[in-house]
This record gives sequence, structure tokens and C-alpha cells, in this order.
Amino acid sequence: MPELDLWSMLFVFMLATFVGFQVIQNVSRLLHTPLMSLTNAISAIAIVGAILIAGEQESTLTTVLGTIAVAASMTNIVSGFLITDRMLKMFRERERKQ
Amino acid sequence: MTVQTLTQLSYLAAAGLFIMSLRWLSHPKTARRGVGAGAAGMLLAIIGTMLAPEIINYTWVLLAMLVGTAIGVPLSWVPLTAVPQRTALSHAFGGLAAGLVGTAKYMHWLEHGELTRFRVAAIVLEVLLGYLTFTGSLMAAGKLQEIVPTRPITYPNQNIVNLGLLAIAIGAGVYLTIDPYVPAAFAIIILLSLVFGVLLILPIGGADMPTVISLLNSYAGLAAVAMGFVLESKMLITAGALDGSSGLILSIIMCRAMNRSFTNVLFGAFGQAQAAVAAGEARTAKSATPQDVAEILTTADSVVVVPGYGMAVAQAQHRVRELYDQLTKRGVTVRFAIHPVAGRMPGHMNVLLAEAEIPYDALVEMDDINSELAQTDVVLVVGANDVVNPAARHDKTSPIFGMPIIDADKAKTVIAIKRSMNPGFAGIDNELYYLDQTLMAFGDAKQVLGDVVKNLTGDGGLH
Repeated sequence: MPELDLWSMLFVFMLATFVGFQVIQNVSRLLHTPLMSLTNAISAIAIVGAILIAGEQESTLTTVLGTIAVAASMTNIVSGFLITDRMLKMFRERERKQ
Repeated sequence: MTVQTLTQLSYLAAAGLFIMSLRWLSHPKTARRGVGAGAAGMLLAIIGTMLAPEIINYTWVLLAMLVGTAIGVPLSWVPLTAVPQRTALSHAFGGLAAGLVGTAKYMHWLEHGELTRFRVAAIVLEVLLGYLTFTGSLMAAGKLQEIVPTRPITYPNQNIVNLGLLAIAIGAGVYLTIDPYVPAAFAIIILLSLVFGVLLILPIGGADMPTVISLLNSYAGLAAVAMGFVLESKMLITAGALDGSSGLILSIIMCRAMNRSFTNVLFGAFGQAQAAVAAGEARTAKSATPQDVAEILTTADSVVVVPGYGMAVAQAQHRVRELYDQLTKRGVTVRFAIHPVAGRMPGHMNVLLAEAEIPYDALVEMDDINSELAQTDVVLVVGANDVVNPAARHDKTSPIFGMPIIDADKAKTVIAIKRSMNPGFAGIDNELYYLDQTLMAFGDAKQVLGDVVKNLTGDGGLH
């Protein structure tokens, strides 16, 4: 791998971590449970790596590993987004009097 | 436009949408938009990946997606008390996916003679974090579901054994980075990571689960980052970094809320040795009937409810809501004081109360409510214990000394609903119950609150 790529990846990592800290510190404490299920669903984006491995069909073993990884990630994506939305629907504001 | 450009564009858009998704979570009003943005980003990235020319066969991919959906949909229907278990389980799946992808990549490059030091280093990190998150989270889920004993399981020299195993795994990783073509060393790393995950969670007690779930969240995120380095995917690095920093922030908040350090949570085996707290002189607490409670509450101007996980265990949150409605109707200001570790994961109590249709603007964080408690007429403690124990402020011998608490004892009257005078989860006696202004309403929280509400709705007892 060209060395340049390693450096640009490290830059992305550093910047994304700072963005993450900033954005997440602003998340309402009310919503920390939905926050965890949402970030969980988002990090299941690992599915893209699993799809390539399962789809390339290099060898039987890597295909099997990739397929299981796709299923595991897909479980997180589906259940993560659905349950986050289910929880967020429950948060209601006080009804204004009169 | 080439296919590769399309794929990269979809990744770029996905990364942006993920950041916006978390940004919109800053307020309950915009939060659901955040879920939409996250899901849209995910869909774009998956479609972008499916276009890649390397994929020669879609059968297994689509089949696996179907299986994942079939498991994922019912998993999203769990009762809200079980959300911590589901979350731990999803950390396990995330860790497993990272571990498996890393393993497959190592084997692929091993066969093609394309292993470089950088690739191996990234894979070792990915596999180590992935597999230890996998088994560790499974253990955490088991403890939360109470399949695995929730008490800390300890044995002599536990920390030395655990750290020794981790050191061997890291040693094998360093060796592999120097000489990548030794599959046996790779197998050792996988095995030790799997074992280490189990051993890491064994000594951790139920009370520390909110911190542990947050830490495992962070590990799962870092495993995704390492996968991003392996696959050279900047989008994956971004998404993993967001997840990792979120988990880290939540862990820090949980640790602060319990006045503990990471090392203390991981290696301290909290909640087992403290059973021998001195009984002290026999003290008496005053008790009150549901009628008394109803009368005190209706004559108050301001009431603060302090809910704990015990409330959810007794399924009493809907009774709490009825009480809230009745008192609000009578012009009593009712608010809820939320301790950060109330519940079994960060923010758990808010979700449990939201489910009972208690409006979120009645929920107040510990730091914001404490200054107002001295002017509060009645504090009603439902299923909370250690988080209202004044010993945390002044008793240096108490195991919870230094832990930030909700200052319930400063209110003019305190009413605590409790099954009996038995000390709570951590086995610590609570001096709040013996104060002059404290009244104990003994019984099951759901039952007691039901009786209180009956007294409020019926004509009896009110003049």
C-alpha cells in the first residue's frame, strides 16, 4: 500500500473522532439509549466489507465467513434502526394547557 | 461516470448522512429525522457496494441479508426493559462481523502472498477487538438476561491471568506483524481474544452493566475502524469512529455517575465484598399507608419522583403515570429526577418513562434538579435506593462514598416505596429511610401506587 493512503486514513480517523465527540456531546441525555442503538446500527456499515467477501467467492471458507458476517451486520442494521425509531416515537412533549 | 465513482459517491453521501443522523439526535423533536438519515445512508452505501464488479455471485449475499432481516425484525420488538440485552447482543454481532471479515481477509492475502506489515497490524487489531467484543458482549447479554449469574465471578489471581492472556495475544500480534506468514500465530490470537472476552466480563457485577455496555460499544466501534483500515475504506473509518467516540463518551458519563474509574470497573469486582457492612444500632423508620401518601401528595405544591430500576421490575411505571396525571390535574407540579445510572444502560430510565407516556419535559437530570430539592415539598422514591443514599456525601466508610446522588434528603418530606427494610442491590443500608421527614410505604411498588391513585380518584379520603 502506498504510504500516502495510510496517512490520509489516519487523518480521516482523527477528524471523524473529533466530529463524533462534538456531535455526541450535544445529544440530549434523554436520548442516550436510542443514541446507542443508532450508533450501533450505523457501525453495522461494516456490511459493505462483508458483502465484498461473500460476493467475491474466493474460497468456500471465506465465502462462509463473509456470509455469516453479512447476516450479523444485517441483523444489527434492521433491529437497530427499527428499535431506535420505536423508542423515539415514545418521547412526547407535555400538552400545552388550554 | 464509472461504477467506481458511483460507489465512492454513495460512500461519501453515506458518511455525511451518518454525521447528520447523530446531529439530529440532539433534540427529541428532530431525533426521528436522524433515524431516517441514518437508514438512507445505509441504503445508499449498500447499493453502492452491490454495484462493485468484484461481486460475481449475489445468492449468498441476498440470502444472508434475508436471514439478518428475519432475526432483526423480531429483535426490535423486545420489551423496553430488555433493551440493554438487545444492545449487548448487537455489540456481539458487530464484533463477530468485524472478526470474521478480518479472518477472511487474512486468509485471502495469505493465499495470494499479499500480506504486508501494515495490513497484518490492522487485521490483528480488528480481530482482537472484534472477537473479544463478540464473546464479552454475549456474556454481558447473558448477565442482563440473568442466564449467567449477575454477581461477580472471581478466582485467585484473576487480573494477572486476564492480563497475561491479553499480553500473550498482543505478543502474538507483534510477532505476526514482523513475520506475517505464520497462520498458527493468527489462530492463537483468535482463540485468546475469544477467551479474553469471556474472562473480562466474568468478574463484573450487575450494577456495573451500564458502564460495561458503553465500553463494549466503544470496542465494537474501534473494531469497525480497524476494519476500515484493513479494507482501506474511509467511510467505514468514519462510521466506526462515530460509534467508538459515542461509546467512550457514554462510558465516561457512567463512570463519573458512579465515582469510579475504568480500571476500577474492569478489575474491581464491585458489589461482592461489601455485604459485611456494620448493622449499626437498630434504628426505626416511620411507615405510612397509601391513604397517608395520597393526602401528603395532594397537599403539596411540588413533587419530585425519583425512579429506579426497581420501578421497572415491579412494572409500576404506568401507575406512576396515573399518579402523575392525577396530581397534575390538581395543580401539583410533578417532575422526575433522573440519575445517570438509573436503569441498566445509559438513558434507560428516560425510555421506560417515555413508554409510560410521561412527557419528556417532566424528566430532569440529577445535576439540574438537585439545587431545587430544598424547595420541594415531597420527594417520592420509587424503586431507587443507592442513588438517594446520603451516606455517599459524608460517610467515608461507605462503599458508595463520593458517588453523585440525588439529594432527596433535602426535601421537606420524603416518601419511599419499598418492599421491606432489606438493603438494596449493593447491600448498603440507606440512612435516608431513618430521617425525621421520611415516611416508608411498604409493599410492591405497583400495588402501593395503585392504592394511592385509587385514593385520589375515588371520593374517599379527600375533603
